Amino acid sequence: MNSLRIAVADGIVISWRNLKRVPRIPELAIFAILQSIMFVLLFAFVFGGAIPIPGGGSYREFLMPGIFVQTLAFASVTTAIAVADDMTKGLIDRFRSLPMARSAVLSGRTFADIVYNVGLLIVLMLTGLVVGWGVHSSFVDFMYGVLLLLFFTYAMAWIGVYLGLSVPTVEVAQQLGFLVIFPITFLSNAFVPTETLPAALQPIAEWNPVSALTGATRELFGNPNPYASSSFPGEHPILMSVMWTIALLVVFMPLAIRKYRAIDR
Amino acid sequence: MAVIEAQGLVKVYRSRKSEVRALDGVDLEVEEGTVLGLLGPNGAGKTTTVRVLTTLLRADAGRATIAGLDVGRDAQAVRRMIGLSGQYAAIDENLTGRENLWMFGRLYQLSSHDAKGRAAELLTRFDLEKAGDRVAKTYSGGMRRRLDLAAALIGQPKLLFLDEPTTGLDPRSRLGMWDVIRTQVREGATLLLTTQYLEEADALADEIAVVDTGKIIARGTADELKTQVGGERIEVVVHDHDHLGRAAQLIAPDGLATIDEHSRRLTIAAEGGAQQLVEVVLRLGEEQIRIDDVGLRRPTLDDVFLALTGHAAEVEPDANDTRTDMTSEGESA
Repeated sequence: MNSLRIAVADGIVISWRNLKRVPRIPELAIFAILQSIMFVLLFAFVFGGAIPIPGGGSYREFLMPGIFVQTLAFASVTTAIAVADDMTKGLIDRFRSLPMARSAVLSGRTFADIVYNVGLLIVLMLTGLVVGWGVHSSFVDFMYGVLLLLFFTYAMAWIGVYLGLSVPTVEVAQQLGFLVIFPITFLSNAFVPTETLPAALQPIAEWNPVSALTGATRELFGNPNPYASSSFPGEHPILMSVMWTIALLVVFMPLAIRKYRAIDR
Repeated sequence: MAVIEAQGLVKVYRSRKSEVRALDGVDLEVEEGTVLGLLGPNGAGKTTTVRVLTTLLRADAGRATIAGLDVGRDAQAVRRMIGLSGQYAAIDENLTGRENLWMFGRLYQLSSHDAKGRAAELLTRFDLEKAGDRVAKTYSGGMRRRLDLAAALIGQPKLLFLDEPTTGLDPRSRLGMWDVIRTQVREGATLLLTTQYLEEADALADEIAVVDTGKIIARGTADELKTQVGGERIEVVVHDHDHLGRAAQLIAPDGLATIDEHSRRLTIAAEGGAQQLVEVVLRLGEEQIRIDDVGLRRPTLDDVFLALTGHAAEVEPDANDTRTDMTSEGESA
């Protein structure tokens, strides 16, 4: 019981120090938000007019859930960079030399990411409201949607931790992160209906975890969701998204923990 | 009672192409209340030894205990007793000095209140009071090091490890750091410090262990080591390259002169100190050998190495340094 208390207390201290980063380097959060807003403007006003939504509906309402998911996916790169930074600066070694809970470095990190992403999500939703997005479902469904997004964020944070512990420098974390996240977010239904993709890419986009989550969010927020096609993931986006998130967690959480434990070899 | 006891520590880093024996059977003993200096060049195994003793790295073979507790099996208990200040100031740059110390105090399992009090106390002691509420990013190299050392002391450890505490500091900050360390020693801290500088080990340590290629090759007080090396050195630079041989014969009839052909430099051991320097100058003058430079200097790590190993202190990249190289460059910039 005592060790659990220490684990929680130490985890909170680590979360606190990770969140302190946000006001101390405001550029990080500002650029993350600006990048997303840029995508909103680009797609809502430049490409949006050329993208018809099968079954009708507003493109901007269609777009915003995709933006939410994309932003949260990119946040994992921020995690990877921060972890790689702690590694190269010797902070992880200092933590490992202290009589603190072994779990706290990673649990504190990933918890802080959830808090940070809640902030991002709020700013993005306000942006969405400005460009004409809205929620057209019940409050309960809306909260389910938010929870689903945060659950996904948590899994992405563990991927970020694993990447950050695996790369030799901060720069590699950045490059690798973008290399992975960019294609995953674009080869999905986040910005265009999958029906418009070449036939060979359609199954990939349909089974993509980003598509599953975007589809689920659209459904729960009451936004246009042309994704509901005849494919299995298209018909069950919520189920698919939960399964995907659990699968990512089951794979990357142990990988990250094992990587962290193996630092002493 | 020995606070640190290590026997036969071995650590081998294997990669596809090579095998580096970072530790090749290190034995150590440090008594309570004493200071041991681990002296050696880069890549000798100093940092690896510290990492094993501070539970950061698992040795492949051998055994090490801190106050009787095994660094592998009782790692968490060991961590409660030690403070580590590593080669690179490991502080959170986005937190203030005070916040850093509070955080490390909390993680040392102090209460929030105690951690605050201890942080204030250490900021004062390390002359960081005024900078205490500034973000650590803005600190100079010397201030970072002092904050790092303060962080190592936050839990009032029985035993302190300092890994190259002054590497990369300018001379003034180095002296400041020495003062701070000396104060710790006066207050009875048991300390293991690593350094590349004989001068530093001399100034701070009761005993020095010389490390080379993963082994302890000599151990003794600074005076004992210097006697082994033969005390001070006389260096003569002759003007004419052709005179090198004759000059060597004149000033070192026993043939124990080191000759550097390229810089026309002769080095001999000088047990006789300044008096011997006078004799050397006179003798060379009598023989009309022109000299460009002459002087007496204290033995360096290179001399210790040469005397103990028969080879110069080679600088090899430390197997642990790959991840941290970048940081050190960043800090000096």
